Amino acid sequence: MKVTMTVNGATCSGEVEGRTLLVSFLRDTLNLTGTHVGCDTSQCGACVVHVNGQAVKACTMFAAEAQGATVATIEGMADADGTLSPLQQAFQDHHGLQCGFCTPGMVMSAAALLAENPKPTEHEVRHYLEGNICRCTGYHNIVKAVLAASGQDIPAVAAE
Amino acid sequence: MPKDHGIGASIKRREDVRFLTGTGNYTDDINIRGQAHVYFLRSDVAHGRLNKVDTTAASAMPGVIRIFTGTDFAGVGGLPCGWQVTDRFGVAMKEPGHPVLAQGKVRHVGDPIAAIVADTLEQARDAAEAIELDIEELPAVVDMKAAIKDGSALVHDEIGSNLCYDWGFVEDNKAAVDEAIKGAAHVTTLELVNNRLIANPMEPRVAVGDYHRATDESTLYTTSQNPHVIRLLMGAFVLGIPEHKLRVVSPDVGGGFGTKIFHYAEEAFCTFAARKLNRPVKWTSSRSEAFMSDAHGRDHVTKIELALDADHNFVAVRTETYANMGAYLSTFAPSVPTWLHGTLMAGNYKTPHIYVNVKAVFTNTVPVDAYRGAGRPEATYQLERVIDKAARELGVDPIALRRQNFVREFPYQTPVAVVYDTGDYDATMDKLIEMADLAGFPARRAASEAKGLLRGLGVNCYIEACGIAPSNLVGQLGARAGLYESATVRVNATGGIVVMTGSHSHGQGHETAFPQVIAEMLGVDESMVEIVHGDTARGPMGMGTYGSRSLAVGGSAMVRATEKVLNKAKKIAAHLMEASDSDIEIKDGRFHVAGTDKSVAWGDITLAAYVPHNYPLEDLEPGLEETAFYDPSNFTYPAGAYACEVELDPDTGRVTIERFAAADDFGNIINPMIVSGQVHGGIAQGIGQALLEGAVYDDNGQLLTGSYMDYAMPRATDLPFYSVDHSCVTPCTHNPLGVKGCGEAGAIGSPPSVINAVLDAMNSGGIKIDHIDMPVSPARVWAAIQTAKA
Amino acid sequence: MYAFDFVRPTTLADAVAAMAHDEAQALAGGQTLIPSLKARLASPATLVSLTGISEMVGVCRADDGAVCIGGATTHAQVARDAAAHYPALAKLALGIGDPAVRNRGTIGGSVANNDPAACYPSAVLGSGAVIVTNTRRIDADDYFQGMFTTALESGEIITEVRFPVPMQAAYIKFEQPASRFALTGVYVARYADGVRVAVTGAAEQGVFRWFEAEDALSANFNASAIAGMAPDADGMITDLHGTAAYRAHLVGVLTRRAVQAA
Repeated sequence: MKVTMTVNGATCSGEVEGRTLLVSFLRDTLNLTGTHVGCDTSQCGACVVHVNGQAVKACTMFAAEAQGATVATIEGMADADGTLSPLQQAFQDHHGLQCGFCTPGMVMSAAALLAENPKPTEHEVRHYLEGNICRCTGYHNIVKAVLAASGQDIPAVAAE
Repeated sequence: MPKDHGIGASIKRREDVRFLTGTGNYTDDINIRGQAHVYFLRSDVAHGRLNKVDTTAASAMPGVIRIFTGTDFAGVGGLPCGWQVTDRFGVAMKEPGHPVLAQGKVRHVGDPIAAIVADTLEQARDAAEAIELDIEELPAVVDMKAAIKDGSALVHDEIGSNLCYDWGFVEDNKAAVDEAIKGAAHVTTLELVNNRLIANPMEPRVAVGDYHRATDESTLYTTSQNPHVIRLLMGAFVLGIPEHKLRVVSPDVGGGFGTKIFHYAEEAFCTFAARKLNRPVKWTSSRSEAFMSDAHGRDHVTKIELALDADHNFVAVRTETYANMGAYLSTFAPSVPTWLHGTLMAGNYKTPHIYVNVKAVFTNTVPVDAYRGAGRPEATYQLERVIDKAARELGVDPIALRRQNFVREFPYQTPVAVVYDTGDYDATMDKLIEMADLAGFPARRAASEAKGLLRGLGVNCYIEACGIAPSNLVGQLGARAGLYESATVRVNATGGIVVMTGSHSHGQGHETAFPQVIAEMLGVDESMVEIVHGDTARGPMGMGTYGSRSLAVGGSAMVRATEKVLNKAKKIAAHLMEASDSDIEIKDGRFHVAGTDKSVAWGDITLAAYVPHNYPLEDLEPGLEETAFYDPSNFTYPAGAYACEVELDPDTGRVTIERFAAADDFGNIINPMIVSGQVHGGIAQGIGQALLEGAVYDDNGQLLTGSYMDYAMPRATDLPFYSVDHSCVTPCTHNPLGVKGCGEAGAIGSPPSVINAVLDAMNSGGIKIDHIDMPVSPARVWAAIQTAKA
Repeated sequence: MYAFDFVRPTTLADAVAAMAHDEAQALAGGQTLIPSLKARLASPATLVSLTGISEMVGVCRADDGAVCIGGATTHAQVARDAAAHYPALAKLALGIGDPAVRNRGTIGGSVANNDPAACYPSAVLGSGAVIVTNTRRIDADDYFQGMFTTALESGEIITEVRFPVPMQAAYIKFEQPASRFALTGVYVARYADGVRVAVTGAAEQGVFRWFEAEDALSANFNASAIAGMAPDADGMITDLHGTAAYRAHLVGVLTRRAVQAA
């Protein structure tokens, strides 16, 4: 069947099977390989994208269910000229990533959090990121980055 | 003011931009025109005789290109083991074959039986279901101690036993150790398990094999920490492809933690099948597949005895460990419980007599190999746990007991072969006490108790051997590889610099940190330096990234190559300014003739090297490119002290980490921001081991923790902000940067402090208990409380 | 995944018609079903997505005061829209899975699946809710029939769940460390005619009511009324993450905490 959706502002169409996952459509059909697959049980969150403004796991949603939807992926987070968004910039400034594999999902989840809750507490950040597993950072700098992106004073919450 | 460039500056990582914008290039992002997909049919029984693998019907399924089985690999080499351990009787370890696809028997759940290559992955999976298997199930060998008793089923019939080796270290110490323990005033004995872990880098493994018939060249794209090593192992030992016809590329790799060091069957298969089919073949592991095919880590069962004299000086340590090898010997498996474990059993202490016995055992489980820390966490855990237990038995302060026994004179020859070059264990302990606010602990405990919760404090020290290691030494110890590293520093005509290194970066930030070293040495800006890694076609032979060796060994190679560049650049500068090269000095990015106002810019020199119109051609070759191979003269010995504070809910058994502090001595630091990040990640993995993680097999060899539904990965809610410090510096004495390595420390140093804290909490609440095994799940804590009450 | 036909009706009537196909399977939020399809544990011929049916989405208040939640309403929407009507239920919804899961997973999917460790069944049973399907209304006490087993007939679709609103209620979940499902979860709700206590995660039969605690709490809605009490460990789950005895103990602890939180 044919599906059409708006991805990062552009209208995109492609042929899919019923079983084609949204993440496969993004990666294999649209070649948007920034969205990653890290597990098969809907736990790790490397595949988080926004569908109609809400964070979802693209590995646990069929492409056909995104028919007509507005989808945002990590590739659409920076400005058109390549300037990082404040959230992305905070991840770099605070060393919120190491191998980078969980990073797209982490950024998309964090962006969804800040849209819902512009000044989250440390506790709220940690809980919101419950569905995003990072093996490299121990989350320390990710939490710092998200708090920083929300405009909060970082040295006050964590020194190193 | 902190530095803003060069060595010691917390420069933001340049690699982040691509990772933050979804433009990284991970192996699964690589798709080659015309590629086929392979699905591995894996054993669902732990141990069985493979009577029949009938692929007739499956081969006729839609989209199937070819189905391979063990018989297709009859004339092909098996997966090699890179380290041969010699046992305490001088006999080489048992080394059974490890076929690419199972031959005759299956030996663990996940052992690949057949490889189905089809146009699409789903077609391959459909065909896999049509393969007719006749597996005669055999008793599964799971428990290590039972495995080496007479009458046990045999994982490998041909070696007649499940014992891989019985290693004694140092065998000549044994009698003196036995004697010292017999005569000691006090002996503390502890039996413990170092739980089996699964590394779980977030990127599952991927392999893409490609082949160009016209040139007879094979290319393997793979998620590896050391593509050159894979090229050597796979080319020379498995497939018989010489290096000049085999290229291995590891592009962006999403974490390794050890489990991406090893050469795996899937890599060999994709390379092999691409040649056979003249078509690219791709394999992407699912996470479920990763659980049963990535090498696991740890899995030791240990008894340790610590003997003390009447004044509480340590007089002897004796340990006996059963180390699980799994079903086959993974690439470096034999070295982990031996040379990476026994040599660290002195810890930070001047114990005069030490003897380590390790029995490595084959079982019907996934192979076990190095995982972050590899042997050193196992050594640290048992030693730091038994010291805490001794302190409790003797009624003395655990910190004071440690301090009393610290090594304070360097170099220090341990009784377990290695020589610590430098260190200051008091400094890191002092720093820790300040950072962790140990003085404030009683008040925090009182506050917890007011909420009905128990609070515990655990402290430990650690030492590790990093920067692995002198090739001549490891060769004597059984390594079948050298452990040098290489670097080529290529300076271009307009002054830009490209460094080709064998150290692979998969999260460590080499692309940012390495240029800081080069920039400092040459007086140029970091932006002038580019790091190239992960492609055997683009750099000299290298040994890769593991054992916290990238900076200590790879960085040293870079320094050596850069020194050669610098020497040549000075000669060119001297020629351009008609001076002597011994008078050339670098200041503010320019090459000056000392004591004069004459100078040339870096770009003048590099241009002269490549446009040698005015150039000493009779003395110097044109060009500016140098290569160095660095082989270290010793390991490096990072060390430190860690403290953990937990809260424990006695009603549910739940333990939460309230505070965590780490004071490390890593020698000199290139990029403090990156170093802190490495420690954070290591601590999270250590806390994960202590509280959450553990791979569990049932008696039939079925993996009960086969997905994230049952294998508990640490999440943001499980962890606190950490307090880390690396301001205590005793520079390494034998490498040019004075660096020691920081990648594994967090994972090595953190588990004992967590467990020590849990036990402190329980004992403070009147729950008299002297040990609890990891992971300290709520259920396990609650059960321990019930036992203690009974 | 095996191949299947995928249909995404926009009306309940069309969904019911589609479910009449041989080996048709309803797809709610898919947060459990899709992973099991990936593992090839299910092989429907037709997958009928319920996510496009607007009449099955939403939270409203019925004339009798019950909070009515459309079967295809996501956990996130329940957390948001039920908060003013039934805070304990909204809080439970806010604790399921993680934000991305809550944005897809639905109450109908969870209740139809009846995972023994899921959160929602405890709220449904603990509130004495009514499960409304395209054909009938089923009382919670008749609906849950053992793990992964319910009173639903083949092809029957949960269109709504109606919750009588209690005077006081709370849900306390003790998470299984890996999956973050309930290792044990207890839902306590106090109504004018008595207290209901529903337990998830603990028992081999799936969600169940702890009648002994209900009686004690109905007489005296105070944690002290059930001090030291725990259900029998017989029939409780023993697995990697806890023994039957541990789960039975947790039921007692969590029930007391739920009463305190209510």
